[in-house]
Amino acid sequence: MQTVKIVVTGPFNAGKTEFIRSISEIDVVSTERKISLEAEKVKSSTTVAMDFGRITVDDDLVLYLFGTPGQKRFDFMWEILSEGMLGFVVAVDSTRPETFREARTILETFKAYAPTPFVVAANKQDHKDAWDVDDMRVALRLDPAVKMLSCVAKDKESVKKVLLELLFSILAKMDAKA
Amino acid sequence: MALKGNLRDFSFTQLLNLINLARKTGTLILEGSGEAARIVFSEGKLAYAQFAQDDATLPGVLQRSNRISPSQYRILKEKTANMSDKELGLMLINAGYVSRDDILNSLQTYATGVVRKLFTWVEGFFRFEQDTVPLDGKILVRVDLENLIIEGARQQRELEHLQEEIPSLDMALKFTDRPGTNLRNVNLSVEEWRVVSFVNPKNSIRQIARTTKLNDNEIRKVVYGLLQAGLVELVRTTSAPPPQPVRQFPTQNKDEQISLLNRVINRIRSI
Repeated sequence: MQTVKIVVTGPFNAGKTEFIRSISEIDVVSTERKISLEAEKVKSSTTVAMDFGRITVDDDLVLYLFGTPGQKRFDFMWEILSEGMLGFVVAVDSTRPETFREARTILETFKAYAPTPFVVAANKQDHKDAWDVDDMRVALRLDPAVKMLSCVAKDKESVKKVLLELLFSILAKMDAKA
Repeated sequence: MALKGNLRDFSFTQLLNLINLARKTGTLILEGSGEAARIVFSEGKLAYAQFAQDDATLPGVLQRSNRISPSQYRILKEKTANMSDKELGLMLINAGYVSRDDILNSLQTYATGVVRKLFTWVEGFFRFEQDTVPLDGKILVRVDLENLIIEGARQQRELEHLQEEIPSLDMALKFTDRPGTNLRNVNLSVEEWRVVSFVNPKNSIRQIARTTKLNDNEIRKVVYGLLQAGLVELVRTTSAPPPQPVRQFPTQNKDEQISLLNRVINRIRSI
């Protein structure tokens, strides 16, 4: 059996676990724990090691989706999870501009780990106070060549669109190299 | 109990706060990596400060603040070596070379400059010698600590933020590939230009700091500015040991890789 992997990263509470849960054919193998720090109690639990989802492509090929822990104190996991990835998705909570700077740092860190293609998913675009995707692009200081996509992580079609755009970027990079 | 420890555990800002609130009199001695400083307080106010390697005599401080020229400085050092700062200050005022305010302002600027620089120290031993003010013949200033403490706290927050933004100095920098960005059109400080001249994926930020003689916080500040301006980006150093080659694809054949990607794309489309 052949395997490939894509990493889903982003700040705390950006929707990484939900993103994987929406598309994975297995229940996400999640390493969630109750949140202890008061400041981070915007949700009741968080990922501490990784989330793990799977999509069986055919009899011979499986795509694994790995979600990174969002809390900074678990960032030692990032490099391990990034090894051998085809590419990565940076999920950003469109309703929490205070996390944009951290998203930018995470993006830069992953870019430094591996020069693989990536896309940025502006999650929670269904919320009324979500930032406009174009404004987020400016706030995140993204290069015009970087794909910034509107996303609702709990919606499978939206997640599919993000993953497909990432795969198209990987293909385009391979074509450019060839 | 002696007030001593490491700035790692008790920051310089906290020390100043303590000295201010307790209205302490004494000498604070700090020893960092290759540098040392001595600060004297009188009833919770800054009275005197000096880095060990600086010439903190009156001629040295006056020259630093451009109140006297380098040649006047040399003459004063030669001819008045046996005079105390108080005696020399009186002589210079009487001779009309400088005013009393010139002297006090220069000393105050130098002392607060030393304190400001110490805010950037995150590590180093300190000890406070209560009631010892061995400064015979020195001219003391009297500076309230409140404003300095507020400034220090602000600076500390800024440093913590910088540390979050640039957690590792072992990363390197490379110029962003953005067409239309011309460095010649950007206004950079001398310090920033010096750093920019070493931007290369082969040089770690730590190496650049060493070469440009900037401490960890100073280099972080410059790099942060360059990152914010979108002029550079962080990359792994090319001189660092290359990461273990990790297989992205289960096959090395390009056509098979493309076929594999197309299979994944088709599968996701069908979900």
